[in-house]
This record gives sequence, C-alpha cells and structure tokens, in this order.
Amino acid sequence: MSDHSMQRQSLMSARGLTKRFGGLAAVNDVSLDLWLGHIHAVIGPNGAGKSTLTNLLSGDLPPTSGTITLDGHNITGWTPEKISGHRLGRSYQKTNIFTTFSVWDNVRLAAQSRVQPSPFNPLGWFRSAAKMTAVNQRAERAIELAGLQNRRHAMAGATSHGEQRQLEIAMTLATEPLVLLLDEPLAGMGQAEAESMVQLLLRLKKDHAMMLVEHDIDAIFTLADHLTVMVNGQVIASDVPAVVRADAGVQAAYLGEETHATVGEEH
Amino acid sequence: MSTPQIHLETLPRSIQLVMTLGFLALAAFPFVGSDFYSAMVVRMMILAIFAMSLDLLQGVTGLVSLGHAAYFGLAGYVLAFITPQNEAISLYTSLPLAVGGAALAALVIGFLVVRTHGIYFIMVTMAFAQMVFFIFFDNKALGGSDGLFLNFRPDAGVIDLENKQVFYYFTLGCLLAVYGFLRRLLWSPFGRALSGIRVNEHRMRALGFNTFSHKLAAFTLAGALAGLAGYLWAAQSGFVNPELMGFHMSAHAIMMVILGGMGNFAGAIVGALSFEYLLHIFKDLPDVGEFKTGKHWQMWMGLFIVALIIFAPKGILGVISRTFGGSAERKESGHE
Repeated sequence: MSDHSMQRQSLMSARGLTKRFGGLAAVNDVSLDLWLGHIHAVIGPNGAGKSTLTNLLSGDLPPTSGTITLDGHNITGWTPEKISGHRLGRSYQKTNIFTTFSVWDNVRLAAQSRVQPSPFNPLGWFRSAAKMTAVNQRAERAIELAGLQNRRHAMAGATSHGEQRQLEIAMTLATEPLVLLLDEPLAGMGQAEAESMVQLLLRLKKDHAMMLVEHDIDAIFTLADHLTVMVNGQVIASDVPAVVRADAGVQAAYLGEETHATVGEEH
Repeated sequence: MSTPQIHLETLPRSIQLVMTLGFLALAAFPFVGSDFYSAMVVRMMILAIFAMSLDLLQGVTGLVSLGHAAYFGLAGYVLAFITPQNEAISLYTSLPLAVGGAALAALVIGFLVVRTHGIYFIMVTMAFAQMVFFIFFDNKALGGSDGLFLNFRPDAGVIDLENKQVFYYFTLGCLLAVYGFLRRLLWSPFGRALSGIRVNEHRMRALGFNTFSHKLAAFTLAGALAGLAGYLWAAQSGFVNPELMGFHMSAHAIMMVILGGMGNFAGAIVGALSFEYLLHIFKDLPDVGEFKTGKHWQMWMGLFIVALIIFAPKGILGVISRTFGGSAERKESGHE
C-alpha cells in the first residue's frame, strides 16, 4: 500500500466486508479506506459488487460479516438514517429522487434533514418549512454547486437525465456530508455535463472523503487518488492509479477490455 | 416556493373559493335547515374530521389504514365509560381523556404496524382494528354487541352542548380548527417529511430522516384526531356500539378521502359530506315495483365509487380544479 494512507486521516474504513446473497458472495472480504481530501475510485465490470459495497457502507444493506467505521464510530449494522446523521452522504446509480416535487423542494427537503425537529414535538407542527432560513441557505448552496440554478422550479421527474444526476448530487451535498459515496455520477451524462461534474468533484475533493464508483475510465484517471479494482466481489488491486494501471492482473481481468468498451460506447 | 401538486397540496383558487363558500354555507345552515337535517350535517362534519385524520395517513404519508375506525370508536367508548349515570362530565377532563386514550392506542398499535409496507400495512391495521372490535363486541362488561348509552352530553361550562344549535357550532368550530391545523402541519417540516415518505421513503432514510418515528407520530396524531371525531359522535348521538370501530366505518373513511381527493384535507371534508349525502339519497331511492332500490344502497355507492375512480381519479376536488382551473392544476404533469 502506498504511503498516502499514512499521511491522511482515514474517515471511513471497511475491514473484511462480506455480503452473501444465498450462496453468492456479492462482496467478498473487502477492505478499504476513504481519506479526507482524497477520491477513492472503485471500478470493476458489471456484477463486480460495487453497488453492493456502496449499499453496505451507507447502511442500505447489512453486511454478512466485517466491520465498518465512520469517523471513529463502529457503524456496522447501523440504519441508513443514523449513518447519514454522522455525515455520510450517498448518491444512487439509479436516480432516486422525489419525482413529483420540484427540484428546489427535493434539495430543500434534503437540507431540512440536518435540522429536522422531533416529529413528536408539537411546536414543530406549526413552523413553516419554507421559512427555515438556514435550510434554504444550505439548499441554495447545493443547488448552485450542482449547477441547477435555472431549474429550481422544474418538476424533478420532468427534468433531463443529466439534470436528475445533478439533482442526485445536489441532494447529497445539501446534507453537508464529510464522506461522499457516489455511485456512477457520470452514468448517461452528455460530454459537457460530464465535464462539469468532473470539475465539481475536483472542487469537492478538498473537504470530503470520497468514494467514486465509476465506469468512465478517463474521468477516473483525472480524478482518482487511489484506485480499487473489484472482480466477482473481490478486490484484485488497490493502489495509486498509475500502479494499478500497470498491474498485469488488472489489465488481463478488466482494464484493457473496459477501456475499449468505453471508447466504443462514445463513438 | 410551491410544489408541483399531484395531490393538490397547494389548493387552486377555485377550490379555495369552494371551501370558503362551503364553510359559510355550513355556518348558515342551522338558520335554514330543519332539526333533522341539522343533526345530519353535524354527523357529516364529525365524519369530515374523521376523514381528515385518515387523510393525514392515506393522502399525505401514503399509509392506507383499514383500521382507522378503531381510534374513532375507542374515544367514543372512553366518553361513554366516564360519563356518570346521573350527571354530565366536564368537557375539559373527558375530551383530553378520550383523545388521549385514542392517541395512546394508536401509539401502541402504530409502534407495531408502521414497520410494515403496502398491502401488509393494510392487513395489520385491519387485524388490530378487528381485535379491538371483538374485544368490545364479545365483552358484556364493555357493552357487548349492544353498546352503551350516554345520558348526558359533556359539560363545557358556558357552552351548553345540550343545546342543538350550540352543539352544531361547536362541531363546526372543531372542524375548522382541525382543518386549519392540518393545513398548517402540511407545510411544516414534519408535513414535508411525511410527503417525502409518501413519494420515496427509501431516499428519505438515506437523507437521514428517521422515517419510522415520523410515521409513528403521524399514526398517533391521526389516531388522536379520529378520537376527537369519535368523542363528538358519542356526545351527539348519546350512544356507542362496536359498529363505530368496525370494518365498514374504516372502509367508508377510505372512500370518503378518495371521493373528495387525497392529500390536502379539503378533499376529505368534501368527500365526507358528499359520501354521507349520497348515502342519504341512495337509501331513500323509491322502490321500483317489487325491487327495494333503497335497500341496495351499498351497491349504488359501490358503482358510484368505481365510476368516480375511473373518470375522476383525483376525486371531486380534481374535477373542480380541472373544470374551473386555478394555478396549481396546470403545473401538474407528474406521476408517481
């Protein structure tokens, strides 16, 4: 393992993480770290277990075995809402938004999660959600970061695919996470949209510990500080991108064909 | 900043106008209507409160409860139990006890049922309501199948609830207060979170919302408001029986909410009043030869509801806003 792991603070780590669905080990003995100021990219062919890994880290799925720590807490087995409260934010590979709400209301609701009063507190029943200034400011910031200023009033379900991907990110950012798990944020985006997303991720990198699941090899080599390659639920390589790229095993198993496939898709 | 309104959360002007005129008509009714019809309108208003309480679950949160009458009936029974034989009980002690009792039952049952989703939620809410029904139905000490009588209406000090007119306006006041409260709640952070749970509960959890406690709070509050309605019902009719918490009562409330239009509380009021009025009409249909048309009111009601769902899935409010327009309807192009 390269030395950057020594210098940086690991905000999130997984050790020996395994998830079995019946006889199939979708994620098999995976260990990884996410460092503040680093983008840790995870790549692998379809079915390699990348999304399952994301779901394990975010609490959407309980692991079969292994431990996960987040900012010093052992969060193994915690609910997604509790993990989110400890400043982990995630986006989804398959867009997961409030389709019948406006773009603004999607992001505002996400921002509201940080100050949500107890639902049993009657005083909270009489407040106006739209007048929560701090929430509005946080939502506004996220909207601007994701570049959705002009689409505030559009209904989320009626926006373009690329805009919905931006909205995914805006909602995640509105919860002001320290750790970001982004599941294929570039999937299905046009070239200009993808470029601005890459720029956004570079800007976010400084203040976040980020895991980036992505298929776009060019974006990964632009963004990633650390690269983990998964095949059949297992990590076959994990190091700085240049070292991984040169790894003969990775080339054989994955990188070569995937690079061709990506180029092929683009033309 | 308004939300596109699949559920007409922001009421279009046409509906606001209808509601205002409707409330004025309700306020004027005792001056023009007979005692018989005034009593009928009181029952309608009580059921409107009941329907609104269900709408908080069904239309706002997306939880279809088929056992909501349990909390309505329980509060009525609480009032019947604590009302002495020979004198009235104070409204100020009996109302909190009855509403609190219904809320407590909803909290306990809700704790068990709001973990479930979809069809399972429907089934377990119904199962618990049936349990409550049979506890009262099978126990002579609890009134059994005959129910219990109340000899006095609650004593509210200067407000003389034994007076029919006063009771009418007291009920109308409760209706307005509950409506105003729930409309306010709809736009509170709690209301927005419930709306989010209806649309996408999974994402709500990923955003950090404890959806379990939100749903439980909604279930408890809905139970409490159903309890208020049940309390008024028992006070007005002077009589409670297990039918109040029965399956039909729960099912009727669901139909009222659908009939009026879900998720905005105005629809629940319109639906409850229309449902009861239609019931009255269908039961009074003239006989055609040997065929007792009125006896088969449930069939006419069933056909009517089916036709409504096919031709006006957003209920009467949907028809009004489509016919007369208003700002909210145009924005609506989404689907869930």
